[in-house]
Amino acid sequence: MPQILVDGLSKCFRVAVRDPGLMGALRGVFRRRTREIVALDRVGFALDEGELLGFIGPNGAGKSTTIKILSGIMQPSEGKCVVDGLVPWRERTRHVARIGVVFGQRTQLWWDLPVVESFALLRDIYRVPETDFRRTKNRLVDLLKIAPLLDTPVRQLSLGQRMRCEIAAALLHSPRILFLDEPTIGLDAVSKLALRDFVKALNRDEGVTVILTTHDMHDIEALAERVIVIGHGRILRDSSFDAMRTEFQGDRRLIVEFEQAVPDVSLEAARLLSREGLVAEYAFDPRATPAHVLINRITTTHAVADIRIEDPKIEEVIARFYALHGATEA
Amino acid sequence: MDASLALRPYLAVCATRFALLLQYRTAALAGFATQCWWGVIKILVLAAFYRSDPHQPITLAQAITYIWLQQGFLAVLPWNVDAEITQMVETGNVGYERIRPIDTYFYWFAREAAWRTAAPLLRVVPMFALAGILLPLAGLGDWSWRLPSSLTAFAFFVVSMGLAVLLSAAITVLMDIMVTAFRTSRGSGVVAGFVNALSGMIVPLALLPKSLQPLLFWQPFAGLVDIPYRIYFGNFAGAAALWGLAAQAMWVVILVLLGRLFMARVMARIDMQGG
Repeated sequence: MPQILVDGLSKCFRVAVRDPGLMGALRGVFRRRTREIVALDRVGFALDEGELLGFIGPNGAGKSTTIKILSGIMQPSEGKCVVDGLVPWRERTRHVARIGVVFGQRTQLWWDLPVVESFALLRDIYRVPETDFRRTKNRLVDLLKIAPLLDTPVRQLSLGQRMRCEIAAALLHSPRILFLDEPTIGLDAVSKLALRDFVKALNRDEGVTVILTTHDMHDIEALAERVIVIGHGRILRDSSFDAMRTEFQGDRRLIVEFEQAVPDVSLEAARLLSREGLVAEYAFDPRATPAHVLINRITTTHAVADIRIEDPKIEEVIARFYALHGATEA
Repeated sequence: MDASLALRPYLAVCATRFALLLQYRTAALAGFATQCWWGVIKILVLAAFYRSDPHQPITLAQAITYIWLQQGFLAVLPWNVDAEITQMVETGNVGYERIRPIDTYFYWFAREAAWRTAAPLLRVVPMFALAGILLPLAGLGDWSWRLPSSLTAFAFFVVSMGLAVLLSAAITVLMDIMVTAFRTSRGSGVVAGFVNALSGMIVPLALLPKSLQPLLFWQPFAGLVDIPYRIYFGNFAGAAALWGLAAQAMWVVILVLLGRLFMARVMARIDMQGG
């Protein structure tokens, strides 16, 4: 039995629509029209204890909706969902006591309270025994390096500082499952790296099951063995990130710097993408023509100062995937 | 789960918010000045009224004490919604309140009970110092805030004010739920109208027509002002005082049950669209 089981999960939002202009507004008084927006369309997956799952997809794809349903704060329109034996929205208080959630876009701490008081309040809200609390808190404070921030009111923290405190706050009651909804949004590079390291260690060393949503492909690359790509409320792909990368990698880049000015050099089996001074950039398909063949070809005919081979950026891989499935933002 | 563990989250929420609100001393001071002014005006009006007809169910001295109690405990009254909850509703964050493993109704109730206790505590001390101590010292004892009629009356008054706070918190949470359901705080002012008219805030209820008295006694808003104050100066004593407490307690229970019912319906309906 998997720890998290989602089956046929759908969510429709009903939004009021109004015809434009004054007449439209008047008509709306008498007859209200609504439009249905399908945020989730029969989503299903299963997750075992200790897995680390990444959710990616364009804005509005349904990632956050999934997290909200999984964390028990919203009901789906249809479908099944069992987390650790509980139906999240039906047995909400028992369920949320066992999970940790971080929403990157909102704070779960109390704005006016110093961090340490927020922690104390959470200790009482989650009914954590004092000795357990002290041990967990000290460990989290160490790992996330938030000791100097504890006496600062939350409203005075920078985003990176706040996010570290949010993560600590979500783990004070030692949940076995952690949901992270865009935890790295808006963070600087150093904070992102620190956060990834922490989440990775939490998953690897303590076996905490993690589901995270993100727009940052480097989060996925660094963290998730398994990725679900979601678009228009549907699961487009559920596989390991490496498999996806190999499949959608597409062309590789060959960048050549010539020793002296030459006219454009055309290469068999490679496309010239750009030319700037002495540097030319080619695209080629490594499955059709291996890199060494191309390099051999060009170095025998021209004097070459430098050669580089690059993989396309992860963003490009994903963009290609979205485009292929028509999953760009609605 | 034993009772202390069951109550722990709510007591913690209440205590934390209480401590936080006690810091807002400047607002309390500003309120104090306004309330002194209103107290004087209301007492002058009442004095004129008593001069035209001194035979009233409560004496002028009691009525004056009633006015000072009103001014001192003004902030107990539930005439506004919780600004933080309004903000959560307007920004669409209110659904995230449910991420805590506690009953959302009592979570809000604990917040509001703290608010309706902390705010008056800051104001009642200077108000009594002025109207209960300084006025008599200045030779204006006739216009002062008198001591309770007896020690028993005072003990009953303390209990009754406690119930008034719970009643106020229950009404405030109902308003919070209303705001959540309608997604706007506009319209919540209607409740303030009822609170003012029916609690004894505008006119002590005893001074209203005799035929209305039973009705006035058994409506929920009397428990906010009229019942505790009349217990204080002995107008309700003995059995009458106990009936007063019973009426308050009954309304607390009814409004809490009603609030929980509405809360469950509103929260089940909340959709949180968007990222």
